[in-house]
Amino acid sequence: MNKITEIFKDKKTLIVYLTAGDPSLDKTKEYILTIAKNGAGLIEIGIPFSDPIAEGETIQNAMLRALSKNINLDDIFNMVLEVRKKSNIALTFMTYLNPLLSYGYDKFFKKCHETRISGVIIPDMPFEEQSEIKKFSDRYGITIITLIAPTSKERINILAKQAKGFIYLVSSLGVTGVRSKITTNIDTIVLEIKKITETPIAVGFGIATAEQAKEITKYADGVIIGSAVVKIIEEYKENAASKLAEYVSKIKKAITIN
Amino acid sequence: MSKGKFGIHGGQYVPETLMNAINELDVSYNHFKNDEQFNKELTFLLNEYAGRPSRLYYAENAANKLGGAKIYLKREDLNHTGSHKINNVLGQILLAKKIGKKRVIAETGAGQHGVATATAAALLDMECEIFMGEEDTKRQALNVFRMQLLGAKVYPVTSGTKTLKDAVSETMREWSKRSDDTFYVLGSVMGPHPYPQIVRDFQSVISKEIKEQLFEKEGMLPSVVIACVGGGSNSIGAFYSFIDNKEVKLIGCEAAGKGIDTFETAATIAKGRLGIFHGMKSYFCQTESGQIAPVYSISAGLDYPGIGPEHAYLHDTKRAQYVSVTDDEAVEAFEFLSKTEGIIPAIESAHAMYYAMKIAPKMKKNEIIVVCVSGRGDKDVAMIAKYKGKKV
Repeated sequence: MNKITEIFKDKKTLIVYLTAGDPSLDKTKEYILTIAKNGAGLIEIGIPFSDPIAEGETIQNAMLRALSKNINLDDIFNMVLEVRKKSNIALTFMTYLNPLLSYGYDKFFKKCHETRISGVIIPDMPFEEQSEIKKFSDRYGITIITLIAPTSKERINILAKQAKGFIYLVSSLGVTGVRSKITTNIDTIVLEIKKITETPIAVGFGIATAEQAKEITKYADGVIIGSAVVKIIEEYKENAASKLAEYVSKIKKAITIN
Repeated sequence: MSKGKFGIHGGQYVPETLMNAINELDVSYNHFKNDEQFNKELTFLLNEYAGRPSRLYYAENAANKLGGAKIYLKREDLNHTGSHKINNVLGQILLAKKIGKKRVIAETGAGQHGVATATAAALLDMECEIFMGEEDTKRQALNVFRMQLLGAKVYPVTSGTKTLKDAVSETMREWSKRSDDTFYVLGSVMGPHPYPQIVRDFQSVISKEIKEQLFEKEGMLPSVVIACVGGGSNSIGAFYSFIDNKEVKLIGCEAAGKGIDTFETAATIAKGRLGIFHGMKSYFCQTESGQIAPVYSISAGLDYPGIGPEHAYLHDTKRAQYVSVTDDEAVEAFEFLSKTEGIIPAIESAHAMYYAMKIAPKMKKNEIIVVCVSGRGDKDVAMIAKYKGKKV
């Protein structure tokens, strides 16, 4: 079984996103450990990019804050190495193609392997452009996470068939960001995907409250929370650990009772 | 698999949310580009509404003053709305109408593409929303009001550097929120496939006309075609019909800003390297760690950190040559053309004119340079006055 798929075994999984370097890499390390300890099954680490076209304002601003600290990919890998001294939590990166192209695909995936990063989520790389990196991600056994959107329609079949690790099902149209209501027929899409593949499905984009998380995990295998966590970090900066612990354990509890 | 490649450049690097929208666009464009009725309507609009064909004017005073080659100006500045942008916009909005879209959205830098889009949307009765960097809304306040007058809503974009690249990102984000009834009218030969092809096809009317008009006047092909390059829509339009005529030199003029050795530049071919951004693989001005670099040019229309993928390919294959022209040089050409020919060019087009001034004296009398005057300079007059330290 794929190592990411394992974390979905027999339970609903909470996936949490945060941006590397916001407010500092030391704090990112601390927050990853806090989030892991309080019930996240997988943590998605954002590698900042200046112009993230699939992100709403919250994550855009977090990435710009991180970039203002002049951090680079080597610094981020070093931070992950520090995390690895204390935790075996499953980790993926979320980023855009240009910083990876610039760093070198082979070097990037080699370092992912060395730091036990399991997968990558790249919003500006649709299925049709996977050949851009696939040779390298395959070489080092790193999973490319497949995204499926409410607009995917007839594409769902081909996307779901090749998906490994987990499927990132985008709950809503548009970009990332907290939404008060998820209006798309996400339950129907989950059922449709489940007919095609056994790869677990986690739903992300716009999810912030325990009620939303609970509702979504009635049919999906996991829930992804990004902007809501980034907002806590934005508000409490260096002192966000206790707030993060409280928030993450609340969501975890809500999806566990299901 | 990967579509719309020009050598290694191009492609469709967009979020999954937009994949069906660009695929739908690809299918419908391929249908309508060969549709007789569609082409008939488009030609009617281009001729009767936009004022095509645009003149190919022999700039005799300029040629005499410079000595050397004959200089012809392709007068895209005489089109309705004052630039080449209308060629593409009429094509795209007519297509939007044919496929049942109700609303068009577009990015704009200086406002030329925004004004053209708002104009065509008014004509063809479409809702229109324009995204413009907050910085640019201040620098080009008159164009904001012009778009509003034409019935468009203008949204100032406050993310990132608050200029053209951010306006493109924000329009893509808006399109991913609402694509079922909305058509994204992209203004240059950039973005994900099929945009670089669509915009090139609609702009290629420029070189098609140059070829016919020059043949009629001189019975020959030009020696050199020169055009300015930001994203690259007027230049690809001016080059396209000559690509197979290898004896015609094609020269694209990038904005060097304060010089390619400074950080205040927008010369992508000179300073950029391979990257992936705004849906395409091409050359981009970027930092060592692959962040998109802030760029600068006196000309808002050339103030973009990338270049269209077909230009990147023409550069790789050496079919076209890309040179950089500074702010100072462009202003020199702006004044030269105004004084010698009574034609005030857009500051963008002045970049191309400068290079013609540079090479014409070294060429033979029987050789011909065609310069694409992509737009008129009224929008730039106040800024040039400021640049010269004059109060207006």
